[in-house]
Amino acid sequence: MAATPQGSGALFADPSSDQARDFFRTKPRAMTDKVVPVAEAVARLVNDGDYLAIGGFGCDRIPTAVCHEVVRQRKQDLRFAGYTATHTFQILAAGNRTGRGQTLAKVDIAYVVGLEARGLSPHGRRVLESGDVECTEWSNYTLALRFKAAAMGLPFLPCRSLAGSDTFRRSAAKMMVCPFTGEALTAVPALYPDAAAIHVHEADRFGNCRIRGTSVADLDLARAAKRLIVTCERLISNDVIRQDPTLTAIPFYCVDAVCEVPYGSYPGNMPYEYFSDEEHIKLWLEVEKDLERYQNFLESFVFGVRDFHEYLERCGGLRRLQELRRQELLLNPLP
Amino acid sequence: MEMGVTYNSMELMICCAARCLEDGKTVAVGTGIPCAAAMLAQRTAAPNLVICFEAGGVAPQLPTMPISVGDSRTFWRGVMATSMADVMETCQRGLMDYTFLGGAQIDPYGNLNSTLIGGDYARPRTRLPGSGGANDLASFCWRILVVTKHDRRRFVEKLDFLTTPGYLTGAGAREAAGLAPGTGPYRVITDLAILGYHEESKRMEVVSLHPGVTLDQVRANTGFELGAATNLLPTSPPTELELRIVREEVDPFRYIIGRG
Repeated sequence: MAATPQGSGALFADPSSDQARDFFRTKPRAMTDKVVPVAEAVARLVNDGDYLAIGGFGCDRIPTAVCHEVVRQRKQDLRFAGYTATHTFQILAAGNRTGRGQTLAKVDIAYVVGLEARGLSPHGRRVLESGDVECTEWSNYTLALRFKAAAMGLPFLPCRSLAGSDTFRRSAAKMMVCPFTGEALTAVPALYPDAAAIHVHEADRFGNCRIRGTSVADLDLARAAKRLIVTCERLISNDVIRQDPTLTAIPFYCVDAVCEVPYGSYPGNMPYEYFSDEEHIKLWLEVEKDLERYQNFLESFVFGVRDFHEYLERCGGLRRLQELRRQELLLNPLP
Repeated sequence: MEMGVTYNSMELMICCAARCLEDGKTVAVGTGIPCAAAMLAQRTAAPNLVICFEAGGVAPQLPTMPISVGDSRTFWRGVMATSMADVMETCQRGLMDYTFLGGAQIDPYGNLNSTLIGGDYARPRTRLPGSGGANDLASFCWRILVVTKHDRRRFVEKLDFLTTPGYLTGAGAREAAGLAPGTGPYRVITDLAILGYHEESKRMEVVSLHPGVTLDQVRANTGFELGAATNLLPTSPPTELELRIVREEVDPFRYIIGRG
């Protein structure tokens, strides 16, 4: 059986490393104060039609406030990287088929619609089954590798995944032969997102970031993105960063905005800080079943609230967050 | 036969899956039954089994069952919390012995579908999540295990979408497509039987029947022609020790076994 030479999926972003270099040549690298409110960061750094990528994994260490702001500000026709994008995809899909135009136009899919063990998102399905979003298939590793290629300043990287599958046939990958060994390889194009958002534990005002726990694809994403919004649990001083630079995961010159958002991964999990709010996620999945009920829910929890603080208040506020903190640290008595 | 020991299908599948894992090996797992099986294996025959999660968790001492492949439980008291690429590249280097995968459909060659059911690609009748890390893990890890319920809706002659490669069209097809030699499906554990793959044809066949299950019953619940190993064995039921560990240590809140 001859290997299929190339997938038929559309390429939603230019993988050219020369183009990327031209952009990065102009990217500001002065160590300036970048602290802004989330609304301002999203208004300035996420444009209609952008290719957007969101950090974290599933409901874990996700920049929820940025996702809310993207749909609240009615950003339109975004291209999106869905690599185990569960709740973040749920939020962005809330900007489609809810009377607010079309937030998502094109999606690179490794994993969307599902919320892992929690089940499928009814509205995510509604949006993708309608046919009004153009999709290209990938896998978690190949999407991560696309960020890695971009982070390296390259136009592609090879790997040994995807071959022989319909996932490959619906991707924009190409088979190639290793010039040294003759082994078959799958080449995946670099992905330089226009805008990205990552939630971290700590950042200084310039954007030097610290992450605890798994980094997923975020170290590469931070370097691949043309514009990067960082939300952090708490601001720390530059002095603290300089006391132990081994802990810096993302350097300031990758970062365009720093937003201090305590409990910013809620309702997702934040390692060593708070566990995911499974009740709230279950509610979200439940109300999605009926479109009218879902629109009312979105109005009272996302579209109609002023900011992320107000969302947290509506979800039970500090009392609920304290419970989730105890859950994360296994400080609750066994039920 | 141990009389008086009662168990449900989830408990049986967890025990069967755990027994497939040898000591001192590495396994990439997801949430649910695979995670429970790996936890049971560590507490029985495979105390030195290294559990890895694709989001970056390496060798955790799982305090409870994770909800997500990336939640903080997946690296709780682990030896490393790293990146997805690091874990996947460890698999790509040939250092990962087993992986557990699932899907909405599986075909005679162990290929899996987790992308869509019905309709066409642009307008599927049911859109499913897609590959996630499954395609990568199935391409990289030496032995692929699948745990699933056994019915004709899942065991189909032809997939609606081949998300994740098994043996593709049969012997030699993986290598011809460009996948690493020597990798491929190993076992399918269902609520009726344990299945393997024929040495030459690479087609699925029954390896052992669960207590009280007949070969005809397995075939009636399979949507394709299913062979049987020449030395067809009965599945050993869960032991009292296995059940105690599953119920008291692995899944005390009955997240998984409660569904059996």
